[in-house]
Amino acid sequence: MSDGWPEAGDSGRGSQTPTTAADGGADVREQFRPDDHPTDHFLLTTVVGSYPKPKWLNRSEDLVGDEEYDFDEEHIQEAHDDAARLITEEHERAGLDVVCDGEMRRNEMVEYFAHRIDGYEFNGPVKVWGHNYFDKPSVVDEVSYGEQWLVEEFEFTSGVAARPVKVPITGPYTLANWSFNEHYEDEETLAYELADLVNEEIEALVDAGARYIQIDEPALATTPDDHAIVGECLERIVDGVSASGANGGSLGTDGVPADVRLGLHVCYGDYSRIYPEVLDFPVHEFDLELANGDYEQVPVFQDPEFTKDLALGVVDAHTAEVEPVEVIKENIKKGFEIVPPERLTISPDCGLKLLPREIAYGKMENMVRAAREIERELDAGEVDVGFAATPADD
Amino acid sequence: MTELVATTPGLLPLPGWAKEELSDLKGHQKSDLIDGTEGADVTEAYERVRAEEIEWQTEAGLDRVVEGQGRWDDNIAHPLAVADAVDTRGIVRYYDNNNFYREPVVVDELAPTGDAADELTAAAGVLDAESSPLQAVLPGPYSLSDLATDEHYGDEAAFVEAVAEFLTGEVEQFPDVETLFLLEPSLVENPPEDGLDERASEAIDHVAAATDADVVCHTCWGAVPEKAYAHLMDADLDAIGFDFVSDHETNLYNVTEYGTTDDIALGLVDGQNTRVESVGTVRDRIEWVNEQIPSQEFETTYLTTNTELFYLPVNRAREKLDVLARAAAGEEEVTA
Repeated sequence: MSDGWPEAGDSGRGSQTPTTAADGGADVREQFRPDDHPTDHFLLTTVVGSYPKPKWLNRSEDLVGDEEYDFDEEHIQEAHDDAARLITEEHERAGLDVVCDGEMRRNEMVEYFAHRIDGYEFNGPVKVWGHNYFDKPSVVDEVSYGEQWLVEEFEFTSGVAARPVKVPITGPYTLANWSFNEHYEDEETLAYELADLVNEEIEALVDAGARYIQIDEPALATTPDDHAIVGECLERIVDGVSASGANGGSLGTDGVPADVRLGLHVCYGDYSRIYPEVLDFPVHEFDLELANGDYEQVPVFQDPEFTKDLALGVVDAHTAEVEPVEVIKENIKKGFEIVPPERLTISPDCGLKLLPREIAYGKMENMVRAAREIERELDAGEVDVGFAATPADD
Repeated sequence: MTELVATTPGLLPLPGWAKEELSDLKGHQKSDLIDGTEGADVTEAYERVRAEEIEWQTEAGLDRVVEGQGRWDDNIAHPLAVADAVDTRGIVRYYDNNNFYREPVVVDELAPTGDAADELTAAAGVLDAESSPLQAVLPGPYSLSDLATDEHYGDEAAFVEAVAEFLTGEVEQFPDVETLFLLEPSLVENPPEDGLDERASEAIDHVAAATDADVVCHTCWGAVPEKAYAHLMDADLDAIGFDFVSDHETNLYNVTEYGTTDDIALGLVDGQNTRVESVGTVRDRIEWVNEQIPSQEFETTYLTTNTELFYLPVNRAREKLDVLARAAAGEEEVTA
């Protein structure tokens, strides 16, 4: 763990934060390369997490608790298992290297966790935009770990998946910021209390075998001035988890394996307001939404040099047309303007759950095709963009 | 002794049934939102929304009643979203909140729509104006221009003036209202630079001059920077509204350093937290503000939430209406 919080522009960034094999940190990426991967180059393909639920699952969720139907918790559990199995398989069919269950058991990214944390209460939906609402919870008492959050979800998914499984988990800053805080003196205090709970959950996930964990902090985009709070939250989260080694701490403390890959997903904001400060965060990878803004924000990450792995959004999560492979290939190449191929992960901009299911599938499938084609072109030395360009032979 | 007037900056949450019914009637996508051409069934549903929201306020005993702005899908950008010269495009973030609205892009010369006037006329029809005077709510010209994109007027100052002219045209069609709240969060969130600050103040003055009602220019999420505040004081306003929930120190500094209007609006109840303030707490806060400004006795003190109320679930929003009304009434009893 690093002491104190370095200011933007402090010297030593990069040299003190080995995060990838490329700059001397533990290699937490190569483990996800499939044994039969056909090319030397490997662009890790994955998703952010959420995926459209099959209509029958939404209908089933409506039926629970309705006295007219004989449909109880046990039945919905079975429906969730079936959906998780189905969507995990759908991710594998699309060819992704790292999959998840599309968050079939989760209703919403804050609500799901708030229902499992003691200290929260629900008062009813509030508007997000138009007629889209969110049952924004209130923290009315000290927060503490209630029932398990994601370990059962992970165990089920990894049990049915042939590919490695990524676990997306809502970060403590977003859990705090997207709740009403009635109890704590300020949101920062609440965020740190929640970070300790997220730490507990991540340790349990690691014990269960999880090796790729993505912390979702979309709220950072709404309040970018709070990046130091998010950083402190992350320090608390990785405390005792191997990824604390990513920021210069000791690897493998508490007997936790050193090969856990930690990512941070931030979307829909002005990244220049959090960069380069986020480079000090103790994670291996940043997962960013850049396709939506047509890569206008790429220059933000070029100066100073990006020292983490980049999970690049290459398909838009809010347009209902499947991007052609050729378009996605050009998007992937944008990533080489920030990192070399061995540090680039290929991903959609954000969770795909608001799209029609066939569109979501089409985007994943084309995304994988595009990545595999670029890998072949990289092997052949045909990509001449940024960090992927082959040095001239003169 | 100052007269305490309990009110809100409007934009109340939709009742629970309306959230569901209207989302079924209209849909979830951005093209499904209000553009001013809604059909009979949607109109009828909003009539019931209006009646219910007015009832919340009269039952609570507020001294000013708002129409509720249930139709304002795009929050305070709504008046442009229903205007002819405007395209509504992508979903963009509403200030630094987890809320979004459709970006209004002005592509031609703006003309007033009468949309807000129609809502107020409908509200007046279900309200006993004697016991519950009606309050209009509009975005201020600076904030509305800040939330919009200009593809017609070409320069920032011209655009602010055009939006002010547009809002003036809306105000001129209003039925009789007691008070007009002009919401200007952008004065704090994205304050005007040198030169534009004076234009912003002139634009606000221009809209305020269009009505005989008392005009309150209400701000939130902090304090207006000094220079912009000094310019705002040049506008002919009855009151400026301050967010004493998020930043009482800087707001107080502005008031003591630059003075303020003869009346004042105090945002003392948090419109973005479900924790409900006690009546006693609110009274203490009013007293505290008065103690800090000994040089001035306000004729009218508007007592309000700092922000619009749509951020809250219905139960808590209604409890806050009660607190505002009781805090205002209680103070009157003490001094009577």
